Amino acid sequence: MRTALALLLMATPVAAQDRVLTVYAEDYIASEWGPGPAIKEGFEAFCDCTLRFVTGDILPRILMEGANTQADVVFGLNTDVLARARASGLFAPHGQDTSDMSLPIAWDDPTFLPYNWGETAFVYDTTRLENPPASFAELLEAEDIRIVIQDPRSSISGLALLFWVKQVYGDEAGAAWSQLAPKVLTVTRGWSESYGMFTSGEADMVLSYTTSPAYHIAAEDDVTKRAAIFPEGHYFMTEVAGQLAGSDQPELAQAFMDWIVTPEFQQVVPLANWSLPAALPEDQWPQVMRDLPRPDTTLFYSEDEAEALRQPALDEWLRAFN
Amino acid sequence: MAARLQLGHLVAAFLATAILGTLGAVAWSAGGLGALSEWDWRAVRFTLWQAALSATLSALLAVPVARALARRRFRGRGLLVTLLGAPFILPVIVAIMGLIAVFGRNGAVNEALRALGLPEMVIYGWQGVILAHVFLNLPLSVRLILQGWQAIPAERFRLAASLDFAPCDIARHLERPMLRAVLPGVWLAVFLVCLTSFTVALALGGGPRATTVELAIYQAFRFDFDLGRAASLGLVQIGLCVAAALVARRIVVPAAFGAGLDARHGPPAPGGWRLGADALVITLAAGFLLWPMGAVITTGLPRIPALPADVWDAAWRSVVMAVASALLSVGACLALALTIAAGRARWVEAAGMLPLIASPLVLGTGLFILLRGVASPQQMALPVTVAVNAAMALPFGLRALIPAAQALRADYDRLALSLDLRGLARLRLLTLPRLARPLGFAGGLAAALAMGDLGVITLFASDQPTLPLKLYQLMNGYRMADAAAASVLLMILSFGLFWLFDRGGRLGA
Repeated sequence: MRTALALLLMATPVAAQDRVLTVYAEDYIASEWGPGPAIKEGFEAFCDCTLRFVTGDILPRILMEGANTQADVVFGLNTDVLARARASGLFAPHGQDTSDMSLPIAWDDPTFLPYNWGETAFVYDTTRLENPPASFAELLEAEDIRIVIQDPRSSISGLALLFWVKQVYGDEAGAAWSQLAPKVLTVTRGWSESYGMFTSGEADMVLSYTTSPAYHIAAEDDVTKRAAIFPEGHYFMTEVAGQLAGSDQPELAQAFMDWIVTPEFQQVVPLANWSLPAALPEDQWPQVMRDLPRPDTTLFYSEDEAEALRQPALDEWLRAFN
Repeated sequence: MAARLQLGHLVAAFLATAILGTLGAVAWSAGGLGALSEWDWRAVRFTLWQAALSATLSALLAVPVARALARRRFRGRGLLVTLLGAPFILPVIVAIMGLIAVFGRNGAVNEALRALGLPEMVIYGWQGVILAHVFLNLPLSVRLILQGWQAIPAERFRLAASLDFAPCDIARHLERPMLRAVLPGVWLAVFLVCLTSFTVALALGGGPRATTVELAIYQAFRFDFDLGRAASLGLVQIGLCVAAALVARRIVVPAAFGAGLDARHGPPAPGGWRLGADALVITLAAGFLLWPMGAVITTGLPRIPALPADVWDAAWRSVVMAVASALLSVGACLALALTIAAGRARWVEAAGMLPLIASPLVLGTGLFILLRGVASPQQMALPVTVAVNAAMALPFGLRALIPAAQALRADYDRLALSLDLRGLARLRLLTLPRLARPLGFAGGLAAALAMGDLGVITLFASDQPTLPLKLYQLMNGYRMADAAAASVLLMILSFGLFWLFDRGGRLGA
């Protein structure tokens, strides 16, 4: 029995087997409704190898596994938690030229490579909210508006909102939160619960992304969902990939980094992830992305600033709601 | 007999080691316990009072419902009792969807209130948390209290009738002693379930005021990667539960009705206004418990055929895992219950209740730390999920199985000994047939709870997602309508598995 099994294993082509790239990805990325299949198919054609997704909470997982991790690449980390990932010392340079990326901010990080981006925004439905607030200030003043947001202690978009408010209001952030609190219908654990409440008509606005309407336009032919664009600016969010220094497939990991910046990846993946391409000139973006209204001002904290501000901003938020 | 006793001890020891050991592993890996912040203590306070209020309301509201169901006979009663049990095994996310569909801003209740010109009810805030917890736990309470009513020997009611007892006399002499014996256990069970609540409190709590300890654990783990704080919070959670268990134990006074014949007659059914009141109570409970589920079904059901193939794959995987969990849980449950019935080790019962109070996140993280040298997390994902789910369902199964195992021992032990019926033969000829009903119930509960569980797998995560995970993936892909369909599928499968096991147990008896 065991011999037969061994023979069977030997009979299968070895080449594809020992060329396996293990990618740790946030859960939503690797689902078939996210960019997972496009990434897998595209890269396997590019590298003549097998890509294996392992999904879940990648940061705690990497930190727990440390140098013993089986990951060759991590995919889907957010800048607001990068400081922790970097401090682990587990990552190797991505080796790409980032001087000319299609990002609203300059990117000179040799370790983490952005592949898509967007900005936080409040999304509303034109059939239900005729006069949406036209600025953050108006949102704070607005009466009879109910919004749903995500908890910054359990959700990355909730954390981004914390930084957004901090950028706009600085030392007055606490007061701004107190003004916003009565308009907050509820705070959910993750983005999906919030968005579900919004689409089922519970809330007038939901904390989401400037790119969310693209899904409704492209996939549902529905143009009633819009992101309210605020002149104060919107908080920038990007997702990055990194290769592990201890990877036993360094060439494949490097190939994955090379592939991320190809037009093929950049044109396809944003449409599956509903976000903007990070390494593609704007005139080559998918049409639906080019048509989206964009804020004039981009707000952003570097990862060190974000790490330093996280706890104080969280305390401010908690105090305003308690 | 001795061999089986050892098995129960072994299972209990294994459980205690696994649960306390994982907590220890997390603390050890962090280099000690971490300090708790001001917000953590607020979370502890909120967790405590919402769990206490939820448990009290669930238990009190369940009394009239259970009494009405105990003393009335009508067509479809059996089906109704089964259906009323459904919310307890509903995946939390589905329950929230249903409650919002009925009680939300756009829900049917508020539509009606608006139409009548009345002020709207608000589901977001502590009241939403309590509403959801009562919705989820009233069924469990009704079921347990109903069993209490049915456990009063029919002879007592007949004696009461011959003494010309009025309903208030029956209440004083028969029903109140029974409730005094049953209610603390019911209260404790609901309290413990609410103590580890996480998603409900966040989604309906309205904001960070409604933070539970479980969320603090999640934050410590997910964002701060502060394992020391996570371990401290896990310890606090266990401490709260143990304290609650001690309080409940002090209140319990055994009802001591004595044995009766196995006749299945409920208490007498008084007529007059009491008949109307019972009908009203049953109608209200049925409306409250079934309406939200109906609302979810009507939105999601039509889209089920259009669900992508991967959802069906995940559904199949979930079913297999749920059945494996159920069998494992029933086996462990049986071993524990037989040992507990032998009455020699109280710690065995305590160990059996431990899974209820362990934080799934701490448990998962601890297992991760302990097993990482042994196998890769991907290999462990499915087996660990099966094992953890089996353990999580144990306390509920035990509640149903312990009394039956005790009765079995009292009634048949001597006979079995005199026939020298031992080992597997005793298991096959005596134990399994006599315990088939509670075993079926325990298995059904375990299968359904495992079906809806999301917890541990996200940590170990692999490339083999379960149905609840798919549900979240659909939502994350903006596909809310498909997610609604997947949640109905999840609900149907959970309930179907419960029904099959429960029914199987009845056929065997």
